[in-house]
Amino acid sequence: MTDITNILIVGVGGQGTILASRVLAGAVQMTGQDVKVSEIHGMAQRGGSVVTQVRYGKEVASPIIPEGEADIILAFEKLEALRWLPYLKKDGSILINDQRIDPMPVVVGTAQYPSDVLDIIKKERKEVFIINGLGKAVEAGNGKAVNVVLLGLLARYLKIDKQTWLDVIRETVPSKLLEVNLKAFEAGWNSFDR
Amino acid sequence: MKKLLTGNEAIARGAWEAGVVVCTAYPGTPSTEITENAAKYDEMYAEWSPNEKVALEVGLGASIAGGRALVSMKHVGVNVAADPLFTLSYTGVNAGLVLVSADDPGMHSSQNEQDNRHFGRAAKIPVLEPADSQEAKDFTKLAFDISEMFDTPVMLRTTTRVAHSQSLVELADREEKETKEYQKNPSKYVMIPANARHRHVVVEDRLIKLKDYAESTDLNRVEWNDTKMGVITSGVTYQYVKEALPEVSILKLGMTFPLPRKMIIDFADKVDQLYIVEELEPFIEEYVTSWGLDVHGKDTFPLIGELLPETIASKMVQTFGDCSPRETTEPNQLQYEVPPRPPVLCPGCPHRGLFYVLNKLKVTVAGDIGCYTLGCLAPLKAIDTTICMGASIGTAIGMEKAKGKDFARNLVAVIGDSTFIHSGITALVDVVYNKATTTTIILDNRITAMTGHQHNPTTGFTVKGEPTKEIDLILLAKAVGVERVQVVDPFELDELEKIVREELAAEEPSVIITQRNCALIDKSRNSPYIVSAAACTGCLRCLKLGCPCIAKEGKKVRINLAQCVGCGLCATVCPSEAIRKEGGAND
Ligand code: SF4
Ligand code: SF4
Repeated sequence: MTDITNILIVGVGGQGTILASRVLAGAVQMTGQDVKVSEIHGMAQRGGSVVTQVRYGKEVASPIIPEGEADIILAFEKLEALRWLPYLKKDGSILINDQRIDPMPVVVGTAQYPSDVLDIIKKERKEVFIINGLGKAVEAGNGKAVNVVLLGLLARYLKIDKQTWLDVIRETVPSKLLEVNLKAFEAGWNSFDR
Repeated sequence: MKKLLTGNEAIARGAWEAGVVVCTAYPGTPSTEITENAAKYDEMYAEWSPNEKVALEVGLGASIAGGRALVSMKHVGVNVAADPLFTLSYTGVNAGLVLVSADDPGMHSSQNEQDNRHFGRAAKIPVLEPADSQEAKDFTKLAFDISEMFDTPVMLRTTTRVAHSQSLVELADREEKETKEYQKNPSKYVMIPANARHRHVVVEDRLIKLKDYAESTDLNRVEWNDTKMGVITSGVTYQYVKEALPEVSILKLGMTFPLPRKMIIDFADKVDQLYIVEELEPFIEEYVTSWGLDVHGKDTFPLIGELLPETIASKMVQTFGDCSPRETTEPNQLQYEVPPRPPVLCPGCPHRGLFYVLNKLKVTVAGDIGCYTLGCLAPLKAIDTTICMGASIGTAIGMEKAKGKDFARNLVAVIGDSTFIHSGITALVDVVYNKATTTTIILDNRITAMTGHQHNPTTGFTVKGEPTKEIDLILLAKAVGVERVQVVDPFELDELEKIVREELAAEEPSVIITQRNCALIDKSRNSPYIVSAAACTGCLRCLKLGCPCIAKEGKKVRINLAQCVGCGLCATVCPSEAIRKEGGAND
């Protein structure tokens, strides 16, 4: 079972991580592989730290990723990228949306938001991609489409062809938001360079 | 065709394929989506019941009349439904009846961590435990057959990781079933003592037959591998074992009550070292040790919280040495402090105004279960107790009775609209009947928000989205005998404070209904508010609201325009008029 790809999608409740994980799983399914997704609902949706896990390969047993075994982390917020970093393999890649959302303890002044989050992460891992997801989503026509921008970035990184992604997005996203989301996906896809 | 489904979607699909005609539930994480998905099928009646007890009663009615019924709830919901459940075990069923108990190891969204296999045993009904979405669907169908075969309700126990994880499921068609013939049969369905005495004998007899069934059903199966080590396990834990220890032999139990004793003893005989890996309680382990077998269970694995693949592997290596775990990468611990990110009341949440006022007045607050429970966190810190669904009003009565009327002058119970209907109403009756002076505040945000915005009897719509009669909370409170009932918008802070003070002072029962739509369903988007740096004195009064959009910046504050929904509450509390609508008149 070592042929499994483990992807962790992390962010802040309300950012749309669940939709992203569902599109990813849908695309993987189209490639004919086994896939499992794990998500947590309830309290975590209300501005808390959220994580969804996607695993795929020939045969997947556990729906959750052991600590230290994620191949890729897709982070919707900087601090969450840092929080979940221990889950990332030493040689894993992390794709980060350069956005800061203060947690309540920071807002009320009982905790500090580390100022050098991205530097810490860069010191810890070699493959770090950073994009301004919010900016690109706004450009595409809706700040709420950050999740699809990030999905576009991830899509470019994975070895699944573009058409598959577009098909799944068409099936998943409500038709009135489709155009914005396709643009957002494109923006994410094009912002990948290494 | 294979489709990616969550465990919950798969259970709804399984019910549909099994020809179920009635699905009932009260929403509760992680069970909610079962009924939401069941409601999408035209062939099945579906409802949000006011609470789990009613849900089960409706289900049993359907079953006795001859239609298959699926009843779903979260683990603590079974506590509420326990009363009909234990007697339903005696009456048995006519058409199949399956009760889904969705347990929450790790308490992702629950007030405790109970293991409902104990309920199955206590009620003497079979318990099935699927390990992924495919099994969730297959076991649901089989559970209906078992229910009819043995004339018993069946519990399908899932956990969060089964309910909310998605895996591929092979779909099938619906087996349309004629509803069974209904026959009047009072000796089976009227549980007066004389009849119930006979039925208890039937229940015990049924258990013996179920034990035989457990030995032969392929719900329970052995996967032979290296016999140095054998693991007995069930549910999602089976997947963890398979992943962490690909070389051990596994006895996978799909049915955990009653247990297949012969099969287990046989398995134990053939392996050198026996482990039982189960989440939460040592349920299987206690049976197995009582049969004189030597096992490692809770001496090795934690009793508290979720089990993880890596814990399973490392604990087994510690106690046994060579059990060839799959190679794992050592996680490297972070050397940095990462501030926690607890959930918060949403931007524009209607409850924020109320908790701000309650905090300001420093009253004691008996709380309840719902989004509003988050009012206990800083900076609002306005809730003193939270026990279970519907407990707030009773708790307040008890506090008053113990400490006297003066204490009650500074005490309120808060409860959501849906929770009030679930089981708050009976305590309100008690307030009136037993002459308490309790002030009850119903936080009416027009929806069941916590679980994801389900309808309830106060919203005017059913689970299928059909319009229905809407319960009038004012009339209801009055009908119960409360004479002082006031309705207020929780964002009208002055008015709200005045009313709370008035009702606290009143030496008689009162109900305050704070009414404003949940921010997540309020479609009237307003333009965001901004802070004028020149006018802001840095008093930080607005930070006391705990709105996630307002943050300190230097000595003053800043509003995150992308998140702000323009509710205007911060402008209300700012003493320097520094906060105003973006592009507003005074700009
Ligand atoms: S979901 Fe609605 S009720 Fe719950 S915290 Fe958010 S705004 Fe408030
Ligand atoms: S108007 Fe003020 S209180 Fe309301 S959401 Fe915006 S920042 Fe928060």
